[in-house]
Amino acid sequence: MSVSTSVVSINGLSKVFGKGGVTALQGIDLEVERGEFVSLIGPSGCGKSTLLRIVGDIIAPTEGEVAVNGKPARKARLDRDYGIVFQAPVLYDWRTVAKNIALPLEMLGWNRAKRAARVRDMVELVELGGFEKHHPWQLSGGMQQRVSIARALSFSPALLLMDEPFGALDEMTRERLNLELLRIWAETGSTVIFVTHSISEAVFLSTRVVVMSPRPGRVASIVPVDLPQPRTAATREQPRFFELVTRVRESLHAVGADEVEETLATEDELA
Amino acid sequence: MAARVGKRVVTFLLVLGGLWALWEGYKWLWERTAWSKPFRVDDLTLPHAHAILLQLGESTSTGDDLWLFLIRAALFTAKSAAVGFAFGAVVGFFLGVVLVQFDVLRRGIMPYVVASQTIPILALAPIVVRGLGSVSIGGSPPPDWVRVSVIASYLTFFPVTVNTIRGLRSADPWALELMHSYAARGWTVLWKLRVPSALPYIFTALKIAATASVVGAIIGEQTASISNGLGGAILNFNQYYVLEPKNLWATNFYAALLGIGFFLVVLLAEKVVVHRAPERLV
Repeated sequence: MSVSTSVVSINGLSKVFGKGGVTALQGIDLEVERGEFVSLIGPSGCGKSTLLRIVGDIIAPTEGEVAVNGKPARKARLDRDYGIVFQAPVLYDWRTVAKNIALPLEMLGWNRAKRAARVRDMVELVELGGFEKHHPWQLSGGMQQRVSIARALSFSPALLLMDEPFGALDEMTRERLNLELLRIWAETGSTVIFVTHSISEAVFLSTRVVVMSPRPGRVASIVPVDLPQPRTAATREQPRFFELVTRVRESLHAVGADEVEETLATEDELA
Repeated sequence: MAARVGKRVVTFLLVLGGLWALWEGYKWLWERTAWSKPFRVDDLTLPHAHAILLQLGESTSTGDDLWLFLIRAALFTAKSAAVGFAFGAVVGFFLGVVLVQFDVLRRGIMPYVVASQTIPILALAPIVVRGLGSVSIGGSPPPDWVRVSVIASYLTFFPVTVNTIRGLRSADPWALELMHSYAARGWTVLWKLRVPSALPYIFTALKIAATASVVGAIIGEQTASISNGLGGAILNFNQYYVLEPKNLWATNFYAALLGIGFFLVVLLAEKVVVHRAPERLV
């Protein structure tokens, strides 16, 4: 293990919510190398979002350590080492698209000209030219999420944390944004940790898929994805793609099939 | 656009016509049947709407026509109300901001803020107005309208404080996490996220406060025996109601119009300041 190329290094991490309460994560060890695209996948309750939040120092772990760029997570956050994209776009209604993208740049104290130049680049990157002056509510869900990605990338963070960013979008929009995200990832050379509950999305996007098991959340297995880059719509039709999808699906079943089926059964009863 | 404005004008005229018809219809029916419930209707208790309008052209004891006399009075009241509104809104906003930042302070102070609004304004106004009358600013007590504006601000600040607190807390939790991820300072979060999130709430309060400030100014004038404004006019015309009821009715319309005017100014400001999905205004 060479520390110098690790963007994220997680050691013996556990998270317990409440006093003597629910163990969300237990004994997590994970290294993410520079330029990797790592997906966290698992059934609900496996703590994948919690893990992402701990990496982003939004919540603190109960045990263990997280290093981002070789620094404690808190230091990394204070240094603005990562950009984050949530499930919802979380745009500020009172700001235009351009001003939403410029928000982190304002925090960093960039001057107006520098901000404007970067916003132009970002708008181009996420292909929203002509919508700079629009307000968020005038955009579709997919466009809003693109603004959110542009905002996260605007200050060129080394690490991009994405928490089910396309979960609320329809399948068509989602596949298009998957392609766009890969293009952006290739162009910016950033490192991505991506939480999802879609197996095909995880396989399509990632260089590695981390399969997590629920209650308590653990890393069950790691599936390296050797699909060639750059990936295109045709990638989804390659036999290798299906093989990898099957492998991830089987890993998921191995770790939490009972839990998943139990959940489904309960949902059926309720319905 | 023009069609929409036209539609609004038509709606406005229709509603106005409907109100006039209700007024005159009520008067006609009650007079004709001589019903005395809830009160007997005649030209003294309920003058004709058009008669009130015509009364505006009559001259008053001051020598001015009624319409001009009332405009002067309304402007005097408007000045007190506007200054009081602005002062109360600013105080109310900052009080809300401070109370949200320091929870201990909020628990300690909030009961008194609420108590301040349960004291009848009628009981408090004379004390405030007289008290300020004995204060010396640059050798002389503050002018009448300033004292009245203090009463107006007293009615204004409360809804603004309550809604500011509510609004500052309404910020989206994810948006707060986003700010946290940028390592934003407390002031930055307040200014760039919490205050903008609170604006729709604050404007709701300002709309309530706008009309309350007019009422506050009128009551302040009356309790302080200041006769230049609408409050004075109401007291005066009330005394001579049996001789000329239409003067009081006309004054009431002016007071109502002033309140509506204040409301519309706030509404306009909201449209300019708050850039939200245009699903709800008014």
